Amino acid sequence: MSRVSVKRKVLKENDRIAGGLRAGFLARNVLTLNLISSPGAGKTSLLEQTLRRFPGGRKTAVLTGDIETDNDAKRLEPFGFPVKQITTGGSCHLDAPMVERGLAALGAGDIDVLFIENIGNLVCPASFDLGEACKIVVLSVTEGDDKPLKYPATFVRSELVVINKTDLLPYVTFDIARARENAKRVHPGIDILEVSCTTGKGIDEWLGWIEKRLDAVRKGAPEPKT
Amino acid sequence: MHEMGIASSILDTLSAEAAKRPGTRILALGLKIGEVSGVNPDSLEFCLQCLVKDTDFDGLGIQIETAPRRHRCPKCDREFDVVDYEVACPGCGEFETRLVSGDEMEITYLEVEDG
Repeated sequence: MSRVSVKRKVLKENDRIAGGLRAGFLARNVLTLNLISSPGAGKTSLLEQTLRRFPGGRKTAVLTGDIETDNDAKRLEPFGFPVKQITTGGSCHLDAPMVERGLAALGAGDIDVLFIENIGNLVCPASFDLGEACKIVVLSVTEGDDKPLKYPATFVRSELVVINKTDLLPYVTFDIARARENAKRVHPGIDILEVSCTTGKGIDEWLGWIEKRLDAVRKGAPEPKT
Repeated sequence: MHEMGIASSILDTLSAEAAKRPGTRILALGLKIGEVSGVNPDSLEFCLQCLVKDTDFDGLGIQIETAPRRHRCPKCDREFDVVDYEVACPGCGEFETRLVSGDEMEITYLEVEDG
């Protein structure tokens, strides 16, 4: 019997396809953002606000994932940007082949920013590279402020945490200072924004963050490890 | 959960490796799974055992090494294991340290029965 060293990524095929997607996005100067959260944290609401106020002259498109229904695509279509629903039929995360197929079906043409709304799940989406420039985690104040500690894989791999539903802070026990501290303990370099998709508070800062990130992609800034 | 999809991807790699080595049999595989990879090693092993049943890989030995979460300090270059989310550099106290390992999901080796 002999031992053979192999050194292969476990998700070799997914990572190969994701690598191809990433190269394509970079070549076309597209900033691709992979939005991850638990169910109901407000990914679709954040996208509604984003599309409603998307800067004039900029083009965007959305791939939105769910296990079943095209409800999210229906919510996002009225804003006039290309939207394509990906239904996984049971799978708890998006993978790179689904994004590749979704992108072909989207037929978005020249865009500046592609949003990928992952399946509502704080665990599994973290493991699958979709070719994005970065992962973004949405955390809402109706959840626990210790979510970063409980689901470290997602927070470790995300470049930004968007704390949503801040208009509800007076009614819940969520301690926003502690949430920020917990996010930093899991990922010291993570950016943090606070928004309310109900009142629109913080959305300008979120759009500003995207614009800055888009600049970085266009200047050829190295992709972060996350 | 996603461990089944990951196990299935590992099996694809095993099949490809087996095809490269006709007349031999893969008896075991070594995996390295990082502490913050989001993959549960026990669950992954269970899924692999389920998938290999009644295939060419039936009875496959699975050895999983878990990799600790390690950070590097950008100020003093020190590398250290992070335990209980203590991310500050033990050398100089810098807080914004960076993950260098602990998120890996790798197949590290195969044990092959020579034909």
